[in-house]
Amino acid sequence: MFSVGLDHYLILSAVLFCIGLVGVITQRNVIKLIMCLEIMLNAVNITLIAFSMYITPAALTGQLFAIFVMVVAAAEVAVGIAIVFSIYRSRESVDMENFNLLKW
Amino acid sequence: MPDLVFYLLAAIALVASIAVIMVRDIFRAALCLIVLFMSVAGFFLLLHADFLAIVQILIYVGAISILIIVAVMLTRDARQGYPLDNYKYVAGAVGILLLAAIAYGILNTSFVNFGGAPPEQTIQPIGQALFGSGYVLPVEIAAVLLLSAILGAIAVLRDK
Repeated sequence: MFSVGLDHYLILSAVLFCIGLVGVITQRNVIKLIMCLEIMLNAVNITLIAFSMYITPAALTGQLFAIFVMVVAAAEVAVGIAIVFSIYRSRESVDMENFNLLKW
Repeated sequence: MPDLVFYLLAAIALVASIAVIMVRDIFRAALCLIVLFMSVAGFFLLLHADFLAIVQILIYVGAISILIIVAVMLTRDARQGYPLDNYKYVAGAVGILLLAAIAYGILNTSFVNFGGAPPEQTIQPIGQALFGSGYVLPVEIAAVLLLSAILGAIAVLRDK
């Protein structure tokens, strides 16, 4: 058994990212779609921190980037769920098929 | 020993993330998402990012998943979720192709380690980097972003 290195973390986060991407494409419930977006953002964070640990261990640049990714993720979830509630109030649905307000 | 922990955490993370998109009950999907967040915090600990692991648990497990669970409960007529689209084979093909491309890229790149030891604890270096050197402007912009996100959420949800 060979020891865990950078490649393992990168492959793992690529797998998580692709699972999240498949979820974003297939889900019809908006809240589940937001969950899949969170999976993708977490996969990116794993990548950033693995690079930070294995490429520049002393500089911590990847960890600083990951902090900003978390900030943007928190803002995105807050606004996204507010929009979902707002549409749910008028449409009584969280199904993506009914979200056609902007269609013409 | 860290290898064993890595493979265990990887198994938990993969099962949890697949469960998020496969489980029909959306509340259980949210609980699987929390398991995924915890295992990601475990990866951060394995990568010597102790501050990030704590922040991951505070923000993701403590705040974002609670927000998602509240959203699930307030839209309760949709609790059972909806069946997968008929795009699912296309989506699976896209996912596997993208994964193959990324894996090909990763395995054919030789990453250079620039050396240096990881710090014993990261809280002080992160604080000094965020507020001392070149990251002051991004921190301020992040503050403005969070404020505008709060105001935007309130403005969207306010009764007219």
